[in-house]
Amino acid sequence: MQQLLYLTEVSLNGLTTGVLYALVALGYVLIFKSSGVFNYAQGVMVLFAALTLVGLQRGQVPFAHLWTAVFGTHTYLFGWNLPAVVAIVMTLGVMVLLAILVERLVLKHLINQHPIVLFMATIGLAYFLEGFGDLMWGSDVKRLDIGLPVGISETIESFTAATFGYGVFVDRLDLFAGLVAAALVFALTVWLKHSQLGRTLRAVADDHQAALSVGISLRLVWVLVWSTAGFVALVAGVMWGAKSGVQFSLSLIALKALPVLMLGGFTSIRGAIVGGLIIGVGEKLFDFLMGPIIGGATESWFAYVLALVFLMFRPQGLYGEKIIERV
Amino acid sequence: MNSSGSGQKAIEAPLMDIRNISLRFGGVVALEGVSFDIAEGEIRAIIGPNGAGKSSMLNVINGFYTPQLGEIWYEGRRRGSIKPHNIARQGIARTFQNIALFEGMSALDNILCGRVTLVRSGFWKQLLWWGPAEREETEHRERVEQIIDFLEIQAIRKTPVGQLPYGLQKRVELGRALAAEPKLLLLDEPMAGMNNEEKEDMCRFVLDVGDELGTTIVLIEHDMGVVMDLADRVVVMDHGELIADGVPQEIMNNQDVIDAYLGVAH
Ligand SMILES: Nc1ncnc2c1ncn2[C@@H]1O[C@H](COP(=O)(O)OP(=O)(O)OP(=O)(O)O)[C@@H](O)[C@H]1O
Ligand SMILES: [Mg+2]
Repeated sequence: MQQLLYLTEVSLNGLTTGVLYALVALGYVLIFKSSGVFNYAQGVMVLFAALTLVGLQRGQVPFAHLWTAVFGTHTYLFGWNLPAVVAIVMTLGVMVLLAILVERLVLKHLINQHPIVLFMATIGLAYFLEGFGDLMWGSDVKRLDIGLPVGISETIESFTAATFGYGVFVDRLDLFAGLVAAALVFALTVWLKHSQLGRTLRAVADDHQAALSVGISLRLVWVLVWSTAGFVALVAGVMWGAKSGVQFSLSLIALKALPVLMLGGFTSIRGAIVGGLIIGVGEKLFDFLMGPIIGGATESWFAYVLALVFLMFRPQGLYGEKIIERV
Repeated sequence: MNSSGSGQKAIEAPLMDIRNISLRFGGVVALEGVSFDIAEGEIRAIIGPNGAGKSSMLNVINGFYTPQLGEIWYEGRRRGSIKPHNIARQGIARTFQNIALFEGMSALDNILCGRVTLVRSGFWKQLLWWGPAEREETEHRERVEQIIDFLEIQAIRKTPVGQLPYGLQKRVELGRALAAEPKLLLLDEPMAGMNNEEKEDMCRFVLDVGDELGTTIVLIEHDMGVVMDLADRVVVMDHGELIADGVPQEIMNNQDVIDAYLGVAH
C-alpha cells in the first residue's frame, strides 16, 4: 500500500512537470497551426517573458549594463517594486509588441516563401531574443515571486496521512499550475473551435496567396497568433520561473516540448496536453522504476527515446492531422 | 448588343476601367500601356500566346502586382494603392492558373473559406463573442451547399482537396471564388488541362454564373473554341501589349491576332 502511494506521489510529481511541458508545447502548436512553421523561438519566448516580468516587477533598468558602459550611469534599479498585476499586464504588452515586431520585421517579408525559410527565420529570432533578453535584463538567475501559492499542501498531506497512513507530498504551486493550465487550454480550445477562426488559421498555414485572394489579412492573423503564443509563453514562464527561478536554462527545458509535440502531434492542442502529461509522468516513473537498475539520470533522454519509438508507429502523433501524400 | 455565343446581355457602364497599365520585373516588361474596360455583366476574355502578360494583368487587377504606371478605375472610382486582401473585400474574387487551394482542407471547408469577406460579425467581435457568429456560420454553410449543388460536387464535399483529380480541384477553386459572391470574377485558365467533358461542364458553369448571378467575369483561356462560345468581348495580348479588342467575330478575322498566333515577326 505504501509502495503504491509512493508511486502515486511520483506520478503526481510527473503530472505537474508534464503540465509545464504541455504549457510550453501549447505555444508551439498555436504557431504551427497558423503558419505551418515550427517556431524554434517559442522556448526563448518563455524565457524572455519571464525575464521581462521579473525585471519590470523589481524595477530593473532595461539595458542597464549597456547604459553603464556607454554613459557610466551605474543605475541598475529604478528603486520601485511594481505590483504583480501591473507587471503582468505590462509584460503582456511587451509580448504583443514583440509579435508586431516579428510580423513587421520578419514574417511580412517571407510571404509565399517555403516553410523551411520561415523555420530558419525563427532560429535566428531565437538567438536574437536570447541575446536581447540577456542585454536587457542581465543573465543572473532571478527569483520570480508574484505571490503564487508555494509549499507543500498540508490539506492533502494530512488527509492522505489520516486515510492511508502515508502523507502524500503535493506542491501547492504544482496544483496551481495544473489549474491555470487547464483553464488556459479550455479557453484556447473554445477559441480555436470557433469555426471561422479555425479555418482562417488553417488557410493561412496552407497557402498565403490563396488566403489573400479570399480576403484574409495575413498580417493581422500573424500578429494575433504570435501575441497569443506570447501570452502562453508568459504563463509557462511564470510557472517554470516560480518553480525553479528564471534563468537561461529555461529555454533548454523548453526544448522538451519537442518530444511532447512528436507524441501529441504538432497541430493539436489536445495532443500538446496529453503528450506533455505522458512525458512528464513517463519520465518520472521510468526514472523511479528503472533508474536504479540502469544507473540513473534517465530523465534527460527518456522523453526523446519515447518520442522516437512512438514516431515509428504513428508519424503524425496521437492527435495530429494525418499526413496524406499523393503518390 | 453582340451576337456571339451567350451574348444577348446588354453591355452596361464599365465596372472596371484599366488605363495605360505598365508593369516591369527588373528588365522584363510584363505589361506595356495596356488599356481596356470591363463592362458590368459581361464575360470578357483575355487571350494571347504564352508569356503575353495575361496572368500579370489579372494579378494587377487583384492587387498582387502593383504596376509602375497606369490607373485602375473600379465602380467609377480611381483605385489607389490597396492591399490584396482588401481587394477581395471590394467584391473581386479569383482562381489561379496553378490552382491555389487549401490542400489540407476538405472541398467544403475550402469553399467556406471563400466567405471570409462576408462574415458580418467582424474579426474581433467574433473572437470575444461567438454565439451570433455560430448562428451566422449556419447561414454561410447553407449558401455553400447551394454552390456545391450548383457545381455538382456533392460527392466530394468531405474529401481533402489534395486528393482530388485536377479537374475537380479546378471546380472547387471556382466554388471558393463564387462563395464570396463577387461582383467581378477573375478566372485564370479554368479549363486548362481538362478533358472535353470536363471542359463542357466548366463552360456551362461559367455561363450560368454570368447569366443567373449577373457576375462580371474575366476569363483567360487558350482554347479558341471556348472563347468564341463564352466571351462577349475579347482582349488580345502579345508581348505585354494589347493588340486587339473586340467581339469574338472581329477578333477571329483580325490580321494582327492571326499573326501573333502564327508567330509572324512584327
Ligand atoms: N512575379 C514575376 N516575376 C518576374 N517576372 C514575372 C513575374 N510574373 C510574370 N513575369 C513575367 O512576365 C511575363 C508575362 O507573364 P504572364 O504570366 O503574365 O504571362 P501569361 O500571358 O499568363 O502566360 P501563360 O499563357 O504562359 O500563362 C513573362 O515574361 C513572365 O516571365
Ligand atoms: Mg498565365
